[in-house]
Order: sequence, then structure tokens, then C-alpha cells
Amino acid sequence: MSVITAPAAAPTELPVSRLESLLRARELGIALAILLVFGLTTLNNHAFARVASIQQLLIGAALIALLGVGETLVIVTRNVDLSVGSIVGLSAYIVGDLFKYHHNMPVVLGFVVAIAVGAAIGAINGFVTTVARVPSLVVTLAMLYVVRGVDGLIVNGKTIDPGSIPKAFTAVGYRTLFGIPWLAIIVAVVVATAGYAMRSFRSSRDLYGIGSNPDAAVLAGIPAGRRVFTAFLISGSLAGLAGALFLALHAQIDVSGGTGYELAVVAAVVVGGVAIFGGSGTVLGAALGAVLLNTINQALVASRISAFWNGAIAGGLLLAAIAFDRWLSLRVARSLQSAEGAHRDL
Amino acid sequence: MARVDDGTSVKGFTFGWGYEVTDQRSAPPVLVLDHATKRFGAVRALEDGSITLYPSEAHALLGENGAGKSTLVKILAGVYGADSGELLIGGEPVTFNGPAASRAAGVSIIYQEPTLFPDLSVAENIFMGRQPLGVGRRIDRAAMNRAATEIFARLGVQLDPARVARGLSVADQQIVEIAKALSFNAQVLVMDEPTAALTTVEVGRLFEVIRTLRAQGAAVLFITHRIEEAFASCQRVTIMRDGSFVRTAPIEEVTVEDIIRSMVGRDLDALFPKTPAAPGEVVLDVEHLCRDGVFYDISFQVRRGEIVALAGLVGAGRTEVARAVFGIDRRTSGTVRVRGEELPNGKPLAAMNAGVALVPEDRRQQGLVMEMSIDQNVALASLGRLRRFGLIRRSRERELATTWATRLQLRFSRMGNTVLTLSGGNQQKVVLGKWLARNPSLLIIDEPTRGIDVGTKAEVHRLLDSLVVDGLAVLMISSELLEVLGMADRVIVLREGRIAADLTRAEADEDSIMRAATGQSPVAAA
Repeated sequence: MSVITAPAAAPTELPVSRLESLLRARELGIALAILLVFGLTTLNNHAFARVASIQQLLIGAALIALLGVGETLVIVTRNVDLSVGSIVGLSAYIVGDLFKYHHNMPVVLGFVVAIAVGAAIGAINGFVTTVARVPSLVVTLAMLYVVRGVDGLIVNGKTIDPGSIPKAFTAVGYRTLFGIPWLAIIVAVVVATAGYAMRSFRSSRDLYGIGSNPDAAVLAGIPAGRRVFTAFLISGSLAGLAGALFLALHAQIDVSGGTGYELAVVAAVVVGGVAIFGGSGTVLGAALGAVLLNTINQALVASRISAFWNGAIAGGLLLAAIAFDRWLSLRVARSLQSAEGAHRDL
Repeated sequence: MARVDDGTSVKGFTFGWGYEVTDQRSAPPVLVLDHATKRFGAVRALEDGSITLYPSEAHALLGENGAGKSTLVKILAGVYGADSGELLIGGEPVTFNGPAASRAAGVSIIYQEPTLFPDLSVAENIFMGRQPLGVGRRIDRAAMNRAATEIFARLGVQLDPARVARGLSVADQQIVEIAKALSFNAQVLVMDEPTAALTTVEVGRLFEVIRTLRAQGAAVLFITHRIEEAFASCQRVTIMRDGSFVRTAPIEEVTVEDIIRSMVGRDLDALFPKTPAAPGEVVLDVEHLCRDGVFYDISFQVRRGEIVALAGLVGAGRTEVARAVFGIDRRTSGTVRVRGEELPNGKPLAAMNAGVALVPEDRRQQGLVMEMSIDQNVALASLGRLRRFGLIRRSRERELATTWATRLQLRFSRMGNTVLTLSGGNQQKVVLGKWLARNPSLLIIDEPTRGIDVGTKAEVHRLLDSLVVDGLAVLMISSELLEVLGMADRVIVLREGRIAADLTRAEADEDSIMRAATGQSPVAAA
């Protein structure tokens, strides 16, 4: 017997591939659900399938999907960012205010300022979470109120109206390319880029490692603090970008802009298959989750069902998504256990 | 490992167990830890951590639980910084500011507890942070899976590198850990009890890997509870006791008895003050207990005035049986009777009312409320008796706690302090007191002395012995062979969820237990 080639052990491979593919098919399942909701609603109300209506579906989901990208990065590390809605409101108002007094300011600068505002708040979130080791739930909940409060001081009861905002800026909100809204294209590019990065780069795999087993991440030499900080920074920056897009879309902004977005984002991300305790989930899933929730929302309107059902249905889906994950992991555990038992009996 | 390639000759290399003669003295040591100390608050985890590792040599580190082995490992790993003492690698003094620094210096660690990422693939677990990169610095998954498969081939195992780590058996998790450590091509490989969960075949394969690594010039530090493994795979042995270095010797100059004496600092009989048992009537009667996928057909009895030990490897189902008896987990079939009365399925409260007490393995998580005071913790399981008009009487609570603190010789400064301030051994006494205050007829105790220093350990053992003499029935789960041999009147050995042997105190010895636990003849020194 040579040292290097010890005899091969009994096969230790277990039949997970089927279950794994089921997990991978999560995005597919959501896509099918979107089509199902869309199809059923169209049967009932043909106007739902009109180009304008579909454009509205995409535009309505775009901002939540964009915020979902950053939120996914954060939740994957077993943290959460609840400040995104307030960041949207503040960055949108600041940019609107700038345009009001500097009407000829370059459009690009508007985006830069919005992203910078978001990045600054994201940096504070990341700093307090990683350096002061305050749970992110508390930090970002506090920031939700602090930022909204600062927003209120700046807004001071005023409203920025469409006349103050350059046409070139609002064009981003309504223009289309081959019938696809710019807004949807921008978000799709961000989702695709982030999705690619989350799969392909070491630093983004670190994020999954941190959320999957924080202690092991430390032992593996992962710079957990830096990575989590970066996740909050990106989440904040994308929320800033979402603020600029919010302004471009609505062409007006007051103190209430973006209120409640944080919970809609978390719901979309979880429905999209990102585990709330970190470690797994994809950016694409989160974006599809946003599209699904928005499609249901609009389907209710198109079917003349009271909008009050909307929240109940979103909540129900959220519970269903979490119950499904739980059921799936129990099933995985059980099937592995019995497979192992069988393996031992061999 | 390139640092020591001259002067390191590997002579007389054979493939049998034991008997490997390598010429170590001519090479300078690759790693020296000298008089390292480490304290956590009032607890001295390491008093004198000293070890010298030579290239091409496997070095066993032996000692009881709480001897400071794991703390020493964590200092080598860069997880803890030593409070004082010196660490030399290749003759140069180094200080590690984190695990990455230790790894960069060529030290690779296999931890006692698997440190896997359950959501990531097996290959990614191995190469975390060092994934092979392709074009544009993106991870080359195909290359990563290939590299993982190659390491598995070296280990002689088949494991799908692309599957997620979640759901791997404990042994397979350990194999992934070993593969991870090997992937570093380190000059020093530290293995903290890598064999605890492995079967004999897998252990044999691991020893072959150690031999290969040594042939390549690496130094291996091998920590184990199974003394015979030190003889089977190591050239040198260091023994620790109570956080301190005791001695280092070439393996051929010591015997198992020498090692045990050095580990416990006295003879075994003195450590385990066991009064001969006088078993009375049956207290616990378990028949054909089964929990699908976990354990099957477990039948045994525990009588008044005896200690029955559940032994077996990690993952054999010992704790799970205890949990099902107590009703924390539901049983699929079978019956549990306490003093003739059947316990309902899945109702811990019914078990408690029937006079069963369970002292869990993990006292910090499951046994105590760490932030609550000593007296509140002691009273926690007896609150029903301390109430008047639905309110808890503090004076009665304090009274109860004082009674038990005295009986258990608890060492504390103030009753109102949190249990966090107590040492591990005294925390265990608080958990014991909490349950004994209910006056149970059956005590189920899981790992009674895990993480407790040797002195307090003997006290806990003496306490258990006196309780049994007073008529308590005890079902004890222990991973420590010495504890099982020293304390138990009968030993039930579990293997893969079934009873492999039911041994009397006279029949039970290291050999018979290990044989039953592994299902075959244990690895013996040649």
C-alpha cells in the first residue's frame, strides 16, 4: 500500500444534487409565479398586458429591486439595513433642492450627490455596526429615524415641484429604449453586475462566509469587519442612487419620499430567497422578489380588488417564503440522515 | 517547509504502525512556544504553555480536558494572543495579530469543532479566501473543484466538491477540515483532536497522511484523547496538566501508565473516589426506544444507587437518547418508565414531575441563565415551591440556594453575583444544585466535567458518588474514557444509534469500550 493512494473509501457522496437543484430553481419558481399572476390577471382584464401596463410593472418594481441589491449584500452577512427608505427620501430631497437653486447643474452631478449622501449614511451604519459592534438591526433602525428627522429639518414643510427639476433629469424617469423604461435598464444593469460579482469574486464570497458561520469566518482569516462595512457602504450608495431615480421618476419630493421602503425591500429580498439569517441567496432572486410583489400589487388594482388586500398578500407571501425555506432545510436534513443511515448499513 | 530542507534526513521510513526512526535532532526546531500564559478574567487558561516542534516529526500533545491544550492551539493559530511568553518560528520570534498571520507563517490548524460554512460548497470551504482565480480575478470554479478532488484523492475519500457543506456527516466535515489544512502545504500542521469523530478506517488513513506530510518535512502537532494514537503515529509526546507543561519525552521512553500518571498527577483511584455500588430497585426502565434516523431499539435500566454510563463516539446518539428519555425530543416508538410509571412522549415537564433531572452538556447555553444571580439560578427549577399567591418569595429563594451552596461546597463571593463570575466547575455545581433542589430520583448528566479543572473535577466526582450512595440513580454521558471507567457501575456503549455493548464495571476497560464504540478492533500500537 503506497502512502499517496490509500484505497478509496465507500462512496460518501449523498443525494443532495436533486435538492440542491431545487434550491437553485428558487429564481425560476419566482419567475413562474410572476408569469402566473400576470397571466391570470390578463385573463380577467386584457388591459393588464398592454405595453404601457407592463412598463408600469417594471417601473414600479425598479426602485425596490435596486434597493434589494444592497439589502441582499447586507442580509447575506447576517445583518440588516433598515435605513434605506430614509436614505431615498433624504438624497432625493437634497438633489431636488440643489436643482431648485442651481437649475443648470449637470444631471450627472445630481446622481453623484445622491450616491454620496447615501454612501455617507451607509458608512456610518457600517462603522457603528462593525467597530462599535452594535447589532445592525438597532443601528439602522436608529438611522431610519435620524435620517428622516434630518430630512424633515431640511425640507421644513416645503415641496420640490416638477418645475424646479431639469427635463434632462426627469427624462431618466420616463424615457424608454425599445419600449423598455430606462429606469428598468439601469436597475437591470446593477442587478446583473452585482449578481455576477457575488458569484465570482473572493471578497463577495467572503460575505456569504461571514453570514454562514461568523466564527469560522474569523478563523478563516476573513476581514469580516471590512467586508460588512463595505456591504453597508454599497447598500447606502445604492439607496442614494435610488433616491435620485425616485426624484427623476416622480419629479417632485416632499418629506415623505421613500417612507416604508425598508420593509418592502426586506420583504422582497426574503420572498426572493435570501435567507434572513444570512449565508445564502442571490441578488437576482431579490430583484425577482421585488417584481413579484409589485406585480401582485398592480394585479389587485387591475382586478379591482381593494388595495387593502395588498399588504395582507405581501405578508402571506413572506410567511410562505420563510415556511418554504424552513421546510426545505428540514427535508434536506432528513433525506441526508436517511441516506447516511442507508450508507452505514452498506 | 523549505526552510529546513538541509539537515532533515528521513531514515528508516516504514509504513507499519509505530517504529519509525527519523533523524530529528540534526534539524533545528521549526516552532518553539516557550512559557506562554493566557488568562480570561480570573480564569487561568494557560499557565505555562511550552512546546517544541521539529520538522519531519509528529508530536503528540496529551492532557485532560481543561489542561490548556486548546488554548495553546489557539495561541499557535493566532486566535488568542499570549499574555506573556515567546513564540519562535524558524528561530525567529513572531507575534500573530490574527489567524491570517499564523497561516502566513506556515501554521495550519484543524480545529476540534468543525469550522465549516454550511451554505457554501465543499470546495469553497477548503479554499475560502484563496479560491483559484481565472481571467479578470474571477473565481475559477472548475479549477477549485479539481484541486479539492485532488486533495480528497490524497486522503483516499470521495466527496463531491460542488455540494454544499450543510448536511455533511460529522466524519465528512472533519475530512473537509483536514483537506483544508492540507491545502495550505503548511510547515506546521496542528490537529486538535481530529480523530474524535472518525472511524478506525478513517483514522488509519489520517495517520498515513501524517506520515506523508512528515516525509515532506512538515511538523505535525497531534492532540488526542486516545493515548494509543500517540503511540501509533507520533515520535514525541508532551503532556500538560492544569494549564501547565509537565514533560516532553520521546515516545519510546514512556508507557501508557506514565502518561496517565503525568496527565492526572496522581493515580487513577485517587482521582475517582468510587464507592462500591449497592443497586436497589429499578428507577429508569427504557424499552425499545427508537427515534427514526437517530437511534434504534435502545433498552436499558438504571437502578437506585448506581451510575450507568452511556459511552460512544461523537455522533453515536448518546445525547439524543438522553434527550428522548427526558422528553425534549419525541421518540418514534418504545417506552420510558420511571419507577414503573410510563412517561408521556415529548413532555419534559412530565419527566421532571416524575423525578427526572437533566444536566445538559452545554451549561452556558442550556444549563444556566448566565446573567442571572447564583441564587436565582439555583432556584430556577423549584420556583413552584417558592411561590406564595403566585409571587416568588426572595427570602425562600435565597434560603434554598444557601442550603445547596453549602452542600455542594460552592465557592463564590456573593449570592447575588451573576453565575458568569464563577469558574466552570462552580457553574456546574450551580446546575447540579438547581436540579438536586427538586429532590430527583434519577439524574441524567451529560458530560459532567467538561471544561472543568482537575481539582474541581474530583469534587464533582465525589459529589456524584455521595449522591449515588444516598440512593440516587444516575445516567451519565461522558466522552472521557477515564471518567467512564472511574465512575460507572455499568457502561452502555452506543455505536451509530444502536447499543453495541452493555458492560459491567469489571468488563469495562479502555479496550472493550473502544472496540464496541468503533465496531472493530481498535488501532493498537504495533
